[in-house]
Amino acid sequence: MTAPSESRTGGSSPQDSTEGRVYDVGGADWDDVVAAAQSPDFQSSDERMVVNMGPQHPSTHGVLRLILTLDGETVTELRPVIGYLHTGIEKNMEFRTWTQGVTFCTRADYLAPLFNEAAYCLAVEKLLGVEAEIPERATVLRVLLMELNRIGSHLTAVGTFGLEIGATTVFIYGMREREKTLDLLELITGLRMNNAYIRPGGVSQDLPAGAIERLREYVRIMPGLLGEIRALFDAAPVFLARTKNVAYLDVTGCMALGVTGPILRAAGLPWDLRKSQPYCGYETYEFDVPTRTTCDAYGRYIVRMDEMEQSLRIIAQCVDRLSGVPIGSQPVMIEDKKIGWPAKLALGPDGLGNSPDHIAHIMSQSMEALIHHFKLVTEGFRVPAGQSYVGVESPRGELGCHAVSDGGTRPYRVHLRDPSFTNLQSVSVMAEGGLVADVIVAVASIDPVLGGVDR
Amino acid sequence: MAEVTSQGGENDQQNGATDPAAIAGRERLAEQVQRTGMFGAGDTGDTSGYGGLKVRRAPLLASPRPYGSYFDELADSLESAMNAAGTSYDAAIPLVVVSNGELTLYVRREHLLSVASQLRDHPDLSFEMCLGVSGVHYPDDAGAELHAVYHLLSITHNRRVRVEVTAPDADPHVPSLVDIYPTNDWHERETWDFFGLIFDGHPALTRIEMPDDWRGHPQRKDYPLGGIPVEYRGATIPPPDERRSYE
Repeated sequence: MTAPSESRTGGSSPQDSTEGRVYDVGGADWDDVVAAAQSPDFQSSDERMVVNMGPQHPSTHGVLRLILTLDGETVTELRPVIGYLHTGIEKNMEFRTWTQGVTFCTRADYLAPLFNEAAYCLAVEKLLGVEAEIPERATVLRVLLMELNRIGSHLTAVGTFGLEIGATTVFIYGMREREKTLDLLELITGLRMNNAYIRPGGVSQDLPAGAIERLREYVRIMPGLLGEIRALFDAAPVFLARTKNVAYLDVTGCMALGVTGPILRAAGLPWDLRKSQPYCGYETYEFDVPTRTTCDAYGRYIVRMDEMEQSLRIIAQCVDRLSGVPIGSQPVMIEDKKIGWPAKLALGPDGLGNSPDHIAHIMSQSMEALIHHFKLVTEGFRVPAGQSYVGVESPRGELGCHAVSDGGTRPYRVHLRDPSFTNLQSVSVMAEGGLVADVIVAVASIDPVLGGVDR
Repeated sequence: MAEVTSQGGENDQQNGATDPAAIAGRERLAEQVQRTGMFGAGDTGDTSGYGGLKVRRAPLLASPRPYGSYFDELADSLESAMNAAGTSYDAAIPLVVVSNGELTLYVRREHLLSVASQLRDHPDLSFEMCLGVSGVHYPDDAGAELHAVYHLLSITHNRRVRVEVTAPDADPHVPSLVDIYPTNDWHERETWDFFGLIFDGHPALTRIEMPDDWRGHPQRKDYPLGGIPVEYRGATIPPPDERRSYE
């Protein structure tokens, strides 16, 4: 945005354009830019400014590129461009065993890795027909981990929402609280993200010692910490001015565009797969589905804050179910020896790995056990031919996994229906006709994770 | 690894003409290589999946009535809705499969739009939401190599249904559902990008995940994993599957 190219002061080389005038802001004095934009010559013309935003931009929530057509401060057209983070996760999964697939799909939506794993593992278990044989403790652990992950993801969403509209304190608060969540994930799964903890047939290991106490402490302190964020944001006049009636999308729009998750619930529809199509025993937990009817960015923020409080309720119920039994006394992996991972993880003299008992067994006692271990670990198990689809309620909406098997030891095709991918389509509808500044709010309120968008 | 080594060749040449063991050895080495690497996994370097099982066919097992669950009611509603609209249910849906507790309707592509609009609009069906399209490539399913799989969700009735459409590789066209389910805009672009399925009537069927100038459709089965040279500042390294092997 500066003076026409013939009088351009900045820019290293004149740009060749076959059509229209090219404006280049490079190195120009801002006063010249403003003067050029206000010149009667420019004002009277019907030219529109096309501004590129991203893919490396602090406010685009990731490697997302937005092409904006502006009329003054008003966005007349917005076209998102994606694909910068495409890593071929779905293709790679076709070349690894069903169990190894977890390691790939967990990296798709990197803020909600446990949901990717859960959707994929539930789809594989559906193909295997072993849903009823998953141990109760593994299912409770899955729910516990998913709800912890939901809090971590929503804290990032709310924190970066704050950062992107200039409220850095909220960002710091959000990251600080998320760190407490990630500490727990690290304690239980061994990793902060890309956990690969949920496996077909169960979970990789039971809780470590001391985890119950840490979880109880977390449930005790988190409501206060969430309250601190709410005290900063819920009624802050500047925040309300930036988010109320901004990025509007009603139920009809959500239905047409396939939008799910907090955006749909902020439009007033209490659609939550944990309630409507329960999986992992969610029907046995007590929790509410928060909704708002504002259809705007503020409603989505409030829904996310409320959901974190509900997640804490679920976590408390999980902890109650998990406590009272000595750790390791109940199975966390399917009993079926043809599917369940043969070894348990344990801390040996040289670090975490296959349990020393198991190593002793296969290396010096039973040749058959060694063969079994080798076959199951390198070849993997076979999955009956067919296809299945499982949807779980991820922090961003319905995360679906479409798994196709040809009867072999590797997936024939796995498709992740990522909510970020679908929801991001709606940014044009939300932002067109609004101000440039509201584009940032719209993107932040969708909370897309580009790892999930591009896979 | 299949080359005949010439170590001790002199000795072989002297005795080889008459020694049966040497003749057998030469014959064995002259045979065509059946497979390389360990355990028959010739496509990638990893040792998983050495069972070598290859069933490149979509399992098509028609399910007889009754389908169970809400599936019969759904099929009846769709049949009456389609017949009322003047299209034949049997002509449009040649195959219905119920497995894993899921209902799959195989729809002929020329009837996809009418089936989808009935599924969305009929009050007994009300599949308001489409969860996108997922492509699957079955190179051995002659005449129906490319499958487009749609998952539909009815929030009104809390039901799901899967609609599957096929197209041959030679004529990879499927009608676009963007007019009925606008959410399919990006999903169809993705399926075109990855599988080469052309969705007729899509407003702008362009690549979405791969770069605009990419050649080929990477998630097809005939497209190798890796398979492209690594380029960095003018230097080129061959793709992983073409680099020299130390086996």
